[in-house]
Amino acid sequence: MSQTNSSINEIIKPENLVYKKPSVLNDNPMHYCPGCSHGVVHKLLAEIIGEMDIQEDVIGIAPVGCAVFAYKYLDIDFQQAAHGRAPALATAIKRLMPEKYVFTYQGDGDLAAIGTSETIHACNRGENIVIIYINNGIYGMTGGQMAPTTIEGMKSSTCPFGRDISLNGYPLNITDLLVRLEGTRYVTRQSVHTSAAVRKTKKAIQKAFVYSMEGKGTSIVEIVSTCNSGWKMTPEGANDWMVENMFPVYSIGDLKDI
Amino acid sequence: MSEEIELMKGNEAIAQAAIRCGCDGYFGYPITPQSEILETLMAEQPWKTTGMVVMQVESEIAAINMVYGGAGCGKKVMTSSSSPGISLKQEGISYIAGAELPCLVVNVMRGGPGLGTIQPSQSDYFQAVKGGGHGDYNMIVLAPASVQEMADFTVLGFDLAFNYLNPVMILADGVIGQMMEKIVLPPFSPRKTAEEIKKLYPWATYGKSKDRKPNVISSLEIDSVEMEQRNLKFQRKFQLMEENEIRYEEFETTDAEYILVAFGSTARICQKSVEIAREQGIKLGLIRPITLWPFPTPILYQYTSKVKHFFSIEMNAGQMVEDIRLAVNGKAKVDFYGRLGGIVPSPIEVVEFVKSKIA
Ligand SMILES: Cc1ncc(C[n+]2csc(CCOP(=O)(O)OP(=O)(O)O)c2C)c(N)n1
Ligand code: SF4
Repeated sequence: MSQTNSSINEIIKPENLVYKKPSVLNDNPMHYCPGCSHGVVHKLLAEIIGEMDIQEDVIGIAPVGCAVFAYKYLDIDFQQAAHGRAPALATAIKRLMPEKYVFTYQGDGDLAAIGTSETIHACNRGENIVIIYINNGIYGMTGGQMAPTTIEGMKSSTCPFGRDISLNGYPLNITDLLVRLEGTRYVTRQSVHTSAAVRKTKKAIQKAFVYSMEGKGTSIVEIVSTCNSGWKMTPEGANDWMVENMFPVYSIGDLKDI
Repeated sequence: MSEEIELMKGNEAIAQAAIRCGCDGYFGYPITPQSEILETLMAEQPWKTTGMVVMQVESEIAAINMVYGGAGCGKKVMTSSSSPGISLKQEGISYIAGAELPCLVVNVMRGGPGLGTIQPSQSDYFQAVKGGGHGDYNMIVLAPASVQEMADFTVLGFDLAFNYLNPVMILADGVIGQMMEKIVLPPFSPRKTAEEIKKLYPWATYGKSKDRKPNVISSLEIDSVEMEQRNLKFQRKFQLMEENEIRYEEFETTDAEYILVAFGSTARICQKSVEIAREQGIKLGLIRPITLWPFPTPILYQYTSKVKHFFSIEMNAGQMVEDIRLAVNGKAKVDFYGRLGGIVPSPIEVVEFVKSKIA
């Protein structure tokens, strides 16, 4: 018996710990659909904030979209913005408290449709903020309508026969636009569909947070994501569909890092 | 120390008063007839002296949402615009009211609807006092009638906003914004330090310290039962404002048989009308609501015991007149005279109108 106990104690030593719930993530049950990318990105944020030990110095901005309740899960100060306006809030917060880390967390409808102006101008001014951009190609929260990022042929409740370019225009690759603005410093497109991808995304977000304190411009981490509910697929099927159909349009990797 | 008397425009007075009262941030977008507020702030460069942030931003929508962000951090922040720009800010103002944040919004009105005219008007009265944005909310609306009041109400507006944690609006018009008068600027008071903000506004998002739960600035509540409670709390707050914050001015009302009711620059004109009427033997008086919300309803009602005829004089098609009718509640006659499209009525015109109605 004592033999077993001591061997368990041998095992549960801090240096053997490979996984634990980040302390910045609280115990509230998440409202996200099982398989949704939002939950994974929340966990990454919690890990990064914990590891960087910046919990007391970070302010998050939640969007209108599925992540509207982001503030319920991360144990940090948060503001909830009007639809699309998160970069405006972040601008003011960072300008008024430059010593704080300020990040927005936005969906593609929030960032690339209604909030296009705020996104472009915050980036163009080179606000020293972090923008976490969840591109799932659809309006998740309102029940699966077409987003500016919905790819050609992809079905949604407002393009039930698939996005038709002549009717709906082209999918908006806003990140490619942001790269060209002088104010952006770090622009990257990542995903969280495999553990390798999750690790890369974590590094990217970490870098963005560090950069935001160096006063050299805006950092944007786009995360090409799944919305299995909105897409009407299984979580696994959604991952496969994303790799096959979205990655060719939204190519993964760093777009700018200066 | 002797008082510093200076000559300046109403818009400049707002900018100077903002710097002096320890404002932390101004966010705006140019529009006539109020651009001097942003121009003055940019010329003064207060970020080099008091540390105040001043930004010309991409739109009125961005500006009001920056105000939300700043106010959420417990900062003293403001924006200004004129009618079309104020329309754009309405969603943001509603969010600010819903999240119970303090801020100052200045509307130097011009004529509408649409792009309308850059000439002065008072046609945003309804928008200002009846909500403007969506949802059940009110805000204190201060109507300055002089350049001095543009400065004074900037200071007062912030105080009221922080007292009630609610947006406050200064509703001026192009006349007050553009005219020059001698004024005494408010004394300098420093911006609040980070430590003071933590103590005074424990709800603010300045970074979660170890000894407390996260602070969240939000107007969202999915649970209807909770949302009803939250709304009832707002209503109690608005009731407190109605009980405590009514401001008005009387002119020649003691023996008045007829009373003009007018605000802002129209009240200045009506003061002259009262003098002219009295020279002609007509016992005319003037009540100038200073707070358009809360409206001086009880004061007007009290006057109905001796005054049976009120006149609402406005630079619009008849907006405040509805509140006067509600206030007198059928106990007195209420007539309306207004000019539209940016035309300012003359004192004589008003007297002639009164005479035509009492003849
Ligand atoms: C001014 C305004 N317009 C529309 C809406 C309704 N609305 C809520 S969420 C949303 C779309 C969200 O989609 P996205 O940003 O892609 O985020 P997701 O839910 O997919 O994470 C819309 C249109 C709103 N709340 N406010
Ligand atoms: S609707 Fe889509 S984006 Fe929203 S939680 Fe569900 S899977 Fe995620």
